[in-house]
Amino acid sequence: MRHLFRRVFFYLMAIWIAITLNFFIPRLAPGNPAQAMMTRLERRGPISPAAERALEAAFGVNTSDSIWVQYVKYLNNMLHGDFGISYVQYPVPVTTIIAQNIVWTILLGAVAVLISFFLGCLFGIVMAWKRGSVLDTFLSPAMTFLSAIPYFWLALIILYFFGFTLNWFPFADGYDTTLDMGWNPDFILSALYHAILPALTIVLSSIAGWMLVMRNSMITTLSEDYVLMADAKGLARGRVMFLYAARNAILPNVTGFALAIGSIVGGQLLTEIVFSYPGIGFSLLQAVQGQDYPLLQGIFLIIALAVLGANFIADLVYVALDPRVRQERSA
Amino acid sequence: MGTSSSQFSGSASSPALPPPPPEIATLDALRRPWYERLGRGVQTVWQQVTRNKKVAVGTVIVLFFILVAILGPFFIHTDPNRLSDNAQAAPSAAHWLGTTAVGQDIFSQLVVGTRSSIFWGLLTGISVTVLSIAVGLVSGYFGGLTDEVLSLLTNVFLVLPALPLAIVLASYFPRGPATVALVIIFTSWSWGARVLRSQTLSMRSREFVTAARANGETTWRLIFFEIFPNEISIVAANFVSTTLYVILASASLEFLGLGDANNVSWGSMFYWAQRDNALISGLWWWFIPPGLCIAVLGAGLSLINFGIDEIADPRLRKERMPRLFRKKKVVS
Repeated sequence: MRHLFRRVFFYLMAIWIAITLNFFIPRLAPGNPAQAMMTRLERRGPISPAAERALEAAFGVNTSDSIWVQYVKYLNNMLHGDFGISYVQYPVPVTTIIAQNIVWTILLGAVAVLISFFLGCLFGIVMAWKRGSVLDTFLSPAMTFLSAIPYFWLALIILYFFGFTLNWFPFADGYDTTLDMGWNPDFILSALYHAILPALTIVLSSIAGWMLVMRNSMITTLSEDYVLMADAKGLARGRVMFLYAARNAILPNVTGFALAIGSIVGGQLLTEIVFSYPGIGFSLLQAVQGQDYPLLQGIFLIIALAVLGANFIADLVYVALDPRVRQERSA
Repeated sequence: MGTSSSQFSGSASSPALPPPPPEIATLDALRRPWYERLGRGVQTVWQQVTRNKKVAVGTVIVLFFILVAILGPFFIHTDPNRLSDNAQAAPSAAHWLGTTAVGQDIFSQLVVGTRSSIFWGLLTGISVTVLSIAVGLVSGYFGGLTDEVLSLLTNVFLVLPALPLAIVLASYFPRGPATVALVIIFTSWSWGARVLRSQTLSMRSREFVTAARANGETTWRLIFFEIFPNEISIVAANFVSTTLYVILASASLEFLGLGDANNVSWGSMFYWAQRDNALISGLWWWFIPPGLCIAVLGAGLSLINFGIDEIADPRLRKERMPRLFRKKKVVS
């Protein structure tokens, strides 16, 4: 229980530090970019007084409040989920934009992570089992290469090959923009069709990690006595492989899986940008290009929250799955 | 030689392991001055480099890129940013890798860009490593409140998403390779710091540290000349993986347009390729070469790292697997 409290305290601390960083970065930046943005924002049209006050507290411009008063106001706004209004999509609140885009990101990422996790673990198990076989000797270096590739480059190549040369898949967007959004088969099919290439990129770029961890963990497990014993008893090969060895070797990947769920939100930013997929990454690009600081910082906070939440879950899962950790930490 | 080798590799595999019983030979090795021990460490590393195939191949790849970065630009006589009428040309004898949408020669961009990318990549990698060494060793050695504060900070930076934070930071500061380097240093030191902290923690109560302290050595000397040389293999592995991350991250930031777009580098080539719609125009020769360079260099760095892993953890080595055991399984 004490361990749990410590972790909760730690994650609250991390969230606080993330928010505090967000607060101080604009104030430390040279040349006052926040002031320039506020000026541009005001030029676009009238802002509601409440939104203006929130932005002033967030960026420390046009205000006579001391920095600590601004800080308290900012923390208060964050607690109420008020991230300010966007400049690029003026005057939509940042939270609305993120809420719209995050659905696309999560759907795409969840499917891709699931596929990549299952395939990666399976390949890793087989690679370790048939160590030195053609599969192992070919896949290991290939995976080394794959894990060192910049993901956005992989995305560019896949898009070039399947989208431009072969013309099999669409070039941009998350759905056919001529269709109405809704739960009709046409729309769902077009959304799936548009998701295939981005998902393929994410699977290819993340599968290597699962595979290598699984393979190395499996190799360590295979040299354990109980595996030899199971083998000596003449148990079926599949049974030894999956129920004796893999079951014990999969632990690092299970915690990795919890972390991967959290990194869905922030882990595919560049892939989405290359495919012009309407997710968080695409908003991020808009925010960077338009110097839309409220949106940029809102996106960072959301990604940080997702990652921190996933880390917390991973902690809990690890304690639940591995009795050794439970004992060590409570002692 | 044998004892110091096992000590170096052993410390990398299992930081939590209790210190081995001090053998006479180990004590003998530790009695030597620090520079001799550091030299031994370098010697060990060199022997392992040549013994392990993965490390050897990786080192060759990395050295090749470093050579291109140093010497390559001397052989390039065209300004990589010079515009010409020969736009969107496919690879040919005149332009080995074709030209961009505004007629710049891509091969010269690639070679000149290699220098910038390698230079900033290595510099940033070194800076990140130095920062993690400082934080990790100080935190692990002093313990107490210093350690509490520093490890809390380390763990927080470990869980905060590094790339998004770097993007936020970079977007506020003036564009340029130095900004990219600084934001990456700020966001990526924590991993190495944590590994080195736990290693230092297990190291500080060993006999040779106690002995040196009793001899009246100053604290910073104890940390950096007694403890640090024993962690050199971890630092090396950490430096390699950090550099890989740094090169990927700075390419990503530059791709987003957060670098200096006029400074030729692999990342800025991506930025212009994306901005000028290289993809839709079918100019594959524009965006494939820089990515291939990053991928090959990255693969070289990963190979070195996997090799170091294998040196540290003998169970991962291929040649050590008992063949009999494996054959039996195939029969059953």
